[in-house]
Amino acid sequence: MQDALVELIVQAILEAQSNTNKPAQVTPTQEHRAPQPAQVTSARIGVGCAGTRLRTDTYLQFRADHAAARDAVYNDVPAELLQQLNLPEFATQCQSRDEFLTRPDLGRVFSEQTGNAIAAHNASPCDVLVYAADGLSSKAIAANLENILPVITESLTQQGLSCGKPFFVKYGRVASMEQVAQLTGAKVVCVLIGERPGLGSAESMSAYMAYAPTPGMPEARRTVVSNIYSGGLNAVEAGAYVAEVLGRMHREKKSGVELNEG
Amino acid sequence: MNLTTTLHGKSFTFRDVKAVLACANEEKSGDQLAGVAAQSSLERVAAKQVLSDLLVSDLREHPIVPYEQDDVTRIIQDGVDEQVYQEIRNWSMAELRHFLLDTTSTEDMIKRVCTGLTSEVVAGVCKLMGNLDLVYAASKLRVPATCNTTIGLRGTYSTRLQPNHTTDSVPGVTASLLEGLSYGCGDALLGLNPVNDSVGTMTEILKRFEQVKQEYAIPTQTCVLAHIKTQIEALKQGAPMDMIFQSIAGSQKGNEAFGFTTQTIEEAQALLKSHGTSRGPNVMYFETGQGSELSSDAHYGADQVTMEARCYGYAKAFAPFMVNTVVGFIGPEYLYDSRQVIRAGLEDHFMGKLSGVPMGCDCCYTNHMQADQNDVENLALLLAASGVNFAIGVPAGDDIMLNYQTNAYHDAAAIREVLGLKPIAEFDAWLEKMGITRDGKLTELAGKPELIFGR
Repeated sequence: MQDALVELIVQAILEAQSNTNKPAQVTPTQEHRAPQPAQVTSARIGVGCAGTRLRTDTYLQFRADHAAARDAVYNDVPAELLQQLNLPEFATQCQSRDEFLTRPDLGRVFSEQTGNAIAAHNASPCDVLVYAADGLSSKAIAANLENILPVITESLTQQGLSCGKPFFVKYGRVASMEQVAQLTGAKVVCVLIGERPGLGSAESMSAYMAYAPTPGMPEARRTVVSNIYSGGLNAVEAGAYVAEVLGRMHREKKSGVELNEG
Repeated sequence: MNLTTTLHGKSFTFRDVKAVLACANEEKSGDQLAGVAAQSSLERVAAKQVLSDLLVSDLREHPIVPYEQDDVTRIIQDGVDEQVYQEIRNWSMAELRHFLLDTTSTEDMIKRVCTGLTSEVVAGVCKLMGNLDLVYAASKLRVPATCNTTIGLRGTYSTRLQPNHTTDSVPGVTASLLEGLSYGCGDALLGLNPVNDSVGTMTEILKRFEQVKQEYAIPTQTCVLAHIKTQIEALKQGAPMDMIFQSIAGSQKGNEAFGFTTQTIEEAQALLKSHGTSRGPNVMYFETGQGSELSSDAHYGADQVTMEARCYGYAKAFAPFMVNTVVGFIGPEYLYDSRQVIRAGLEDHFMGKLSGVPMGCDCCYTNHMQADQNDVENLALLLAASGVNFAIGVPAGDDIMLNYQTNAYHDAAAIREVLGLKPIAEFDAWLEKMGITRDGKLTELAGKPELIFGR
């Protein structure tokens, strides 16, 4: 242990401390957490202490990051973004954010009226339908959707596949894709959805995909690409990869574990 | 057996014992999601009233899942001391509550009576307790256990140091580990949740834990919390392992959803006794949490407190070193806010103590719950006052891998100082030797692992 590793650790700790010991500066965007080459972990180490407690700057940084995560969960996706992307909004049967958080069963189904509207929006069956849902982070949608959506659509078109018209689902869970598939007749469905935010990032999005999803199907039939954000898999790269997977699902007529098994 | 009562001029009748138990539960979003919660505040109290008059035998004779169908029920029922049970079978639940709270009921007296209780009885009396009742009754009891060192002795408060990393990077985990030790964390366990559930990853981390433990002569335990089958394989291949971890549920169906059976645990336990690196005899580590049965549709129409009690009844059969209720991890659909999380933490600790398992609590929350760091600090302090064996410590409260928050590395020292508690004796001596504490208080070296471990 008294070797290169200890040196590495000591260096990492000292570096973290030199950042911490700067005057308190709270960065609400959490950008300071992006992985640095010399940093061995993004954990809040080397933070020092005030007696047995956190230093004021560490404490306030933690509070700021938690506040950002909370806002990501509780705030709506900006209406301007949806207008700009020309995405109509459909809500699941949840009446409020609170109901959405406590009733996962309601976050996957639509009223008859909303169902009809979704069906009318995609009147003719398509090969692949991609839509977005807020899930547990509106920030994830705000940060990634406009970058990922055109990449996916373009790539699917190049593969000769017909794309459904995208839309946005408010109070939507992953399993909303089952009813969406039934309403639209799309063969392959993909939902771009906000992940539960951690303190490190509130902008992480996932793409859940399935071939011919049906209500009550096993989770193993879903394929997921997660960690889509600037500090993980960036939206443009993720879009290309997601489109490739969707193309394969359409060709091979399967998804999830079955798709991995080749 | 009377299942009817009148309250404020309104008559309430409950279908069966299961319904009484469910409706008598304090408000939990998970019981509402399951459709088993009381429909009104008055109905909740009516159920408590009916419950208070039920006899110990009424609850024993109506287990949540029939004996023939479920090995959790069988293990709990077969574990009852029949002689003690005969003495108390006609106690009402109100009488049992009074006995637990009586100032003349000693620890030994209570522990003896507890050997005659099934998990349904433990859950039942819990539902008649206020929060301070839960703290007070639990504080009378200590449940120590020994792996390499002995956890849970009166006057101690321990922590599991949880140095999780987003990619299981060994240097990253090591840096976090040394940081935690430098605040006096880790006397219960150095325990990592791996991202990658593989023999290779867990062995690499275990070897590093062992290396640090040997290099600095740290008297503690280590564990990597992979799936039990991965751990068994790693042990067979010679990984240095003090104990084996598994998440458990309150029904056989729930355990099967977790991918193991009772035989799997028995195999792990036997293997550890022959191949493990610890002294023992307590070599199992279980995790639980209210609501996990509902999430795998294995709750049999019961409420989440009763199912949680059954986890402890089941765990007891394997004489674990640690049982950890990860109380706020599951999300707001099971525990909506800090009020429900704090209540659940106190309930779980109380029920664990009555069940005779060495109880700890991961006082935690996710970012989609109505809770924050203040709440888990409250809960940790309440549980430390109740005599909890251990809580968790992570860097500044933020677990970067599991994406949730729990107690900070810093919290253990503060709680110990406030309540006059100490780490496990050998670890306490080690902290003093390393200069991390002096006369039980953190020194100027605390939080400076480079000075403590560097040279």
